[in-house]
Amino acid sequence: MHTFIIRRILALLPTLIFTSIIVFASIRLIPGDVIDLMLAQNDISTGNDRAVIEAALGLDKPIYMQYFLWVGDILQGDLGRSLWQNTPVTEQLALTLPITFELGALALIVALSVAIPIGIYSAMKQDTMGDYIARSFSLLMLAIPSFWLGTLVMVFPSVWWRWAPPLQYTPFLEDPLANLAHMFVPAVLLGLSLSAVTMRMTRTMMLEVLRQDYIRTARAKGLQENIVVLRHALRNCMIPVVTLIGLQAPLLIGGAVILEQIFVVPGMGSLLLEAVFQRDYPVVTGVFLVVGVAILLINLVVDLTYGFLDPKVRH
Amino acid sequence: MSEMSAPYQQKSRFMAFHQRMAKSKPLGAFGGAVFALFLICGVFADLLAPYGLNETNMLERLQSPSFLHILGTDHLGRDVFSRILFGAQLSVIVGFMAAGLATVISIVLGVVTGYFGGRTDMLIQRFVDAWMTFPDLVLLIVVISIVGPGVTQIVVILGCLYGIAGSRIIRGSVIGIRENMYTHAAQSMGARTIHILWFHILPNVMPIVIVLFTTRVGAVILAEAGLSFLGLGVPPPAPTWGSMLSGTGRTYMYLGPWLALAPGICLTMVVYAINVYGDALRDLLDPRMRGS
Repeated sequence: MHTFIIRRILALLPTLIFTSIIVFASIRLIPGDVIDLMLAQNDISTGNDRAVIEAALGLDKPIYMQYFLWVGDILQGDLGRSLWQNTPVTEQLALTLPITFELGALALIVALSVAIPIGIYSAMKQDTMGDYIARSFSLLMLAIPSFWLGTLVMVFPSVWWRWAPPLQYTPFLEDPLANLAHMFVPAVLLGLSLSAVTMRMTRTMMLEVLRQDYIRTARAKGLQENIVVLRHALRNCMIPVVTLIGLQAPLLIGGAVILEQIFVVPGMGSLLLEAVFQRDYPVVTGVFLVVGVAILLINLVVDLTYGFLDPKVRH
Repeated sequence: MSEMSAPYQQKSRFMAFHQRMAKSKPLGAFGGAVFALFLICGVFADLLAPYGLNETNMLERLQSPSFLHILGTDHLGRDVFSRILFGAQLSVIVGFMAAGLATVISIVLGVVTGYFGGRTDMLIQRFVDAWMTFPDLVLLIVVISIVGPGVTQIVVILGCLYGIAGSRIIRGSVIGIRENMYTHAAQSMGARTIHILWFHILPNVMPIVIVLFTTRVGAVILAEAGLSFLGLGVPPPAPTWGSMLSGTGRTYMYLGPWLALAPGICLTMVVYAINVYGDALRDLLDPRMRGS
């Protein structure tokens, strides 16, 4: 198990380096006239002139030096400072990251509790009406944009019943119920859009597992169908579904950006969009980097769990 | 063979294929029909639209659907049905150009890395890993924040985004084809590499390319709509489906709820149709890809 963990972490390194290069390249892509535009748009009178902004973005040194300095800063936990608010980017991330994380976790709970039972049902009743409806539903969920669902949830209850989802953010520790009431709708919408893929995957895996010899043996020795499905089949089909959670991490974060915007959740997505509209590049690249690294780490954890669950993977 | 018969034969093969799909995959064929309808609406939007793209009429603002305006009017009195048609046009343009660019990038990158392998391939694959780590939308937002919104930028960015991700799929199948007997035979006969790639590898990845292109059109349309929704897509007053649903539009939806329906339904229907059509294409063209 130890060698497996070490090997997996080492395999992560090249990807991590390329991830940092992509983020770094995005900083370099910022054209010079954008800095002029930033100056014009935000009308900074004193101090914050061109040289200061270039220095803040680190654009005043040769390119390879810039990269190493930048990586060095990151390793020391320094992602730079917001250009307009003059607070460290890490501070803003520390405020917003947990909120997005909460939204993501809630959405994942929704997604799994919808997708897995329906997926199992769909596999057990293969090619029946129920299976057909479940599969159509999942295809439909793949096509419906979450921002449209969000818009519908905002508009129609308000037009019909004079009710709108709460849009006031309350920290969880302050008032857990108010917090969950606010997070509930975006989490359900995000969860539903994720559930489509998980459901298809659960169904496919379950169908494959149900055809295995050990299932036939379990049935042949007279076990009840529930026990065969829950104890023998489900355990084996859950392993690939776990990896799917890692694969869905980008979808989860991407979806969160839009839903945070609609439901006024002050998470990382809102931070990113606000920074984009203000052209606050240190914040943009900070979020960009953190999102990339977070997804790599989620995938690492998922892979390690996978190795833990399935001894075959370790070798 | 005469010059006349080649396109004729091509067309009849296309028709025969879709007749086969209608029989064995009715849902997929239905999707294909909706997709074709969407294309027609997009291409002929100028002829089909009863009103002009930005024809405002303040006397008729926020009217509910009627015979004059079958999908109602918006807050500037513009005909929603006409704007939906022009939105389809923009979606067709962005969808086909970006998906086309993505497919070209996928083919070049996938065929080269898959066929030659080696250290360059290793390096490129780690780059693709890193690239695919980022959520599409976050990557799009960051790049748009730098290059600014606009049709060209969006086409290029979406093309690169999906092109690099899709190269994995092409690469995978090229590796399989590379080991086939006919490729080895061509190599041992001393065929030039370019000849092998063009006449042996490329025709064999074509089914995958067709499926990839089709599904990418849907993905691109959805991604562009998401960007427009956030105000980072094709800039106004272009009538994109995403921007018709966006935050500024939402203010008027409370007064005219029909404004929230048409763009979303069109978007969902087109993407759904492309998805089921793509699934059916995959099943019929390349059974090995089933379930992937």
